[in-house]
Order: sequence, then C-alpha cells, then structure tokens
Amino acid sequence: IAQENTYTQTQRTENQTGLTGKMNQEEQVQVLGLWGSPFSKRVEMVLQLKGIPYEYIEEDVYGNKSPMLLKYNPIHKKVPVLVHNGRSIAESLVIVEYIEDTWKTGPTILPQDPYERAMARFWAKYVDEKVMVAMGKAFWGPESEREKERKEAYEGLISLEKEIGDKRFFGGETIGIVDIAADFIGYWLGIVQEVSGVTIMTAEEFPNLKRWSEDFVGNNIIKEVLPPKQKLAALFKTPFRSAATSG
Amino acid sequence: MAADEVKLIGSWASVYVMRAMIALHLKSISYEFLQETFGSKSELLLKSNPVHKKMPVLIHADKPVCESNIIVQYIDEAWNSSSQPSILPSHPYDKAIARFWAAYIDDKWFISLRSILTARGEADKKVAIAEVEERTELLEKAFVDCSKGKPFFNGTDHIGYLDIAFGSFLGWLRVVELDAGHKFLDEIKTPSLSKWADQFCNDPSVKPIMPEITKLAEFARKLFPKPQA
Repeated sequence: IAQENTYTQTQRTENQTGLTGKMNQEEQVQVLGLWGSPFSKRVEMVLQLKGIPYEYIEEDVYGNKSPMLLKYNPIHKKVPVLVHNGRSIAESLVIVEYIEDTWKTGPTILPQDPYERAMARFWAKYVDEKVMVAMGKAFWGPESEREKERKEAYEGLISLEKEIGDKRFFGGETIGIVDIAADFIGYWLGIVQEVSGVTIMTAEEFPNLKRWSEDFVGNNIIKEVLPPKQKLAALFKTPFRSAATSG
Repeated sequence: MAADEVKLIGSWASVYVMRAMIALHLKSISYEFLQETFGSKSELLLKSNPVHKKMPVLIHADKPVCESNIIVQYIDEAWNSSSQPSILPSHPYDKAIARFWAAYIDDKWFISLRSILTARGEADKKVAIAEVEERTELLEKAFVDCSKGKPFFNGTDHIGYLDIAFGSFLGWLRVVELDAGHKFLDEIKTPSLSKWADQFCNDPSVKPIMPEITKLAEFARKLFPKPQA
C-alpha cells in the first residue's frame, strides 16, 4: 500500500507541475480547490480525463480566503475556480462545460447530439439541485430538518437508479458530465454513511447505483483524483461527534 | 406528430416559459403553444416531465426537453444554420460567463426578488429590497463587462442567452417594483441595465410575448395573496 501511495503522489506531481515549462509557453491553467470537496474534484477529474496539465492551489475556504480566491471569485468566494490564462470561471458545472468547449483533445464529457446533450445537462442539474442539496442538509443541516431531507435525497436517488438502468455510466460506455456531477454519490456518500451511521443509499435498494459507483471509482483516472478514504472519514468524524455530544 | 413538429407546454405568465418562447422566435421556429390551466397540470405535462412536473416543456419530434435554460441551449444547438442567429456566445469563455450569470440570476437574484413578494411585515420586506438592490448592482457591472460596448449581454447586436435569462424577468420585476413602491432599474442607479431593458422589451422576438403588466400584477395577487390585516 505504501508503494501505491508513493506512485500516486509522483503521478499527481507530474500532472501538476512536471509540464510547467511547456505550460508557461502555451497555456496557464490553475485550479483553486479544496482537497475534500466533491465540487472541486469534479473539475480536476475532467482536466485529468482530458490530459490537461494544471497547477493545483489548495484554498483555506473555511479559514482565510486567499487574495487570489477573492480576486477570481468575488461573487461567491467559493471553490472550485478555474483560472485559464489569467481569466477565471466559477461554479463546477460551468467550469466542466468550459473545459469541454475549450480543449478539443481527449474524451468528450458531453454527447454530440443536441437532444442527448439536453438530457445530460438535465440530469447533471438534477444531481446538483435535488440530490446534492438534500444530501448536504440530510447529513449536516439543522437536526429538525434532517429526516425530511433524507426523504428528498432518497427520492432523488430513486430517479437516478431508474435513469442509469443497466448503462455502465450515466454517459453510456464512457464517463460523462452526469457521472462527474454525481461524484459525491459514487464515492463520498459511502464514507459519510459509514461515519454518521445514517444510511440513505443501500446496495439492496440501489443495485444499479452500487454497480455504477464501483465502476466510477474503479476508473484508472478517477481513482487517482479522489481524496483518500481515511482522510475524508477523519474530516467527517468531527462534526458528527460534536452533533452527538450536543444531543 | 410530424418528424420535426415543435410543441411548447407553458403559460403566458411564466418567466421560464417566456425564455423558451423567445428562443423559438429568435430562430423563427413555428410551434404549437399548449397553455396550461392555472391550478392544474395536464396529462401531457405530467407525462413529458414526470421528474419535475413543471413547465416549460419543449416537445420536438415527440421528445421532451425540460428546464428553461436547458431548452434554450437545446434550441440553439438543434437549429444552428448560419442563417439563424446564435443564442449562446461563440467564444467558450463568454459562454461560461453567460452560464455563470444565468445561474446567478436564477439561484440568487430571483430568490431575493421573490422574497419581497412573500415577505411578512415591513422589516422583512426592507431586507429583501436591500438584497435585490445589491444583486441588481452586480448585474449592472456584469452587463458592462459582458456587453463589450454592444447593446446586449450577448456582446452582439442581437439578444442572446443571458439577455433571455434576465430579460424574461422584466415583467415580474416591474410588478414587484409597483408592489414594493421601489425602483430597481432606473437611469441613475443602473443606467446600462435601464437602457438594455428598453431595448430588450422592444426586440421583435420579445415584444409580442411580453405579458401586460396589469394582467401580470393581477395574477401576482392571486399567487401571492396579502395576509389579512
């Protein structure tokens, strides 16, 4: 395992800084992010799937927001932010579409057909607005609302279970924007459920999503981008512990 | 339905339906408008949008597309001959900025606007008004950046995605201004947006479908009844 971790670290470094010389001549791509954030990781996943080199800058979003973050995302002051040749873009799914529009090499994240594109955008939005919002509140929202939010999230998962059916990925044979948008469901959710003792998605009730999440996390590129499980579990343990003690 | 027939399920008062209609008009696409009855949802709506059960729904060659901004993008991509105007800007960065602000308008700006109508008491109303003021000011700045000296957010001489996203709210904005006794768009505070609003409302793709303010105000009173004194 130690060997694997070293390989991963080297790989990541090469992706980020090994091509800096070449990068300065042609393009400069920077990502302002948070190591544990599924939104931040969406951007990194797409950049790495497409083989686009970038510089990663970790932001202390909950502590001291850097001058760079305040300059490049003055409206929301959040991560992720993509800075491309000095111009910034915020909002993870907006960034993902920008990457798709700008770099024409590597796998595509959206289908070519206009109708299929509309469907992909619809489901990506659904994940963000219905499922992610409810999940956030179900685990971290006010206590009195958590049960209601769990039901919302559960309903959302039912729609997604139906939508993926027996497709390998939401995008079909390859990973697409909906899979990227659903990264929390594919990876973070399992860890959060374990740590909190609260289960919304079981393998029995959601066999398609379970199978999908294994394929998603198992992808060679995706697995390199995902934050380490133990580190995430430790991060999630703290709020749950204090919730328990505050009764 | 013929192979290329277009239907739009909607309502005259809906901001979101208006977006789809403007896009269809811009591209000179003929369509059948299916007006929903207030207070109930048609079979077709429920069948075409089982997930959200909301309008607008665009049905093109029997295939439904839902969510107003997604419909607008679909219309732009499905009808893209060089003789028709482009709705999204052509440069990826400008596209991204347009998408960013369109999301801001729906997720932040409109939420504040709506809270003026749902405010209980003067104190809440004042807070909501201040928030809309602040957010509208941001949009004034965004307009200056995006328009690049042209009359529209699109940075061109014709209306585009972000013009549609924001402009579709102008009727409702006027209703809220009248109700709150407060102007958000005026020549002094928001000179650029003020001018833009006039041009947007007079655009041939917009003018015929912009609802009458008195009719909209009456509808607003039904949707947001005032609590009894």
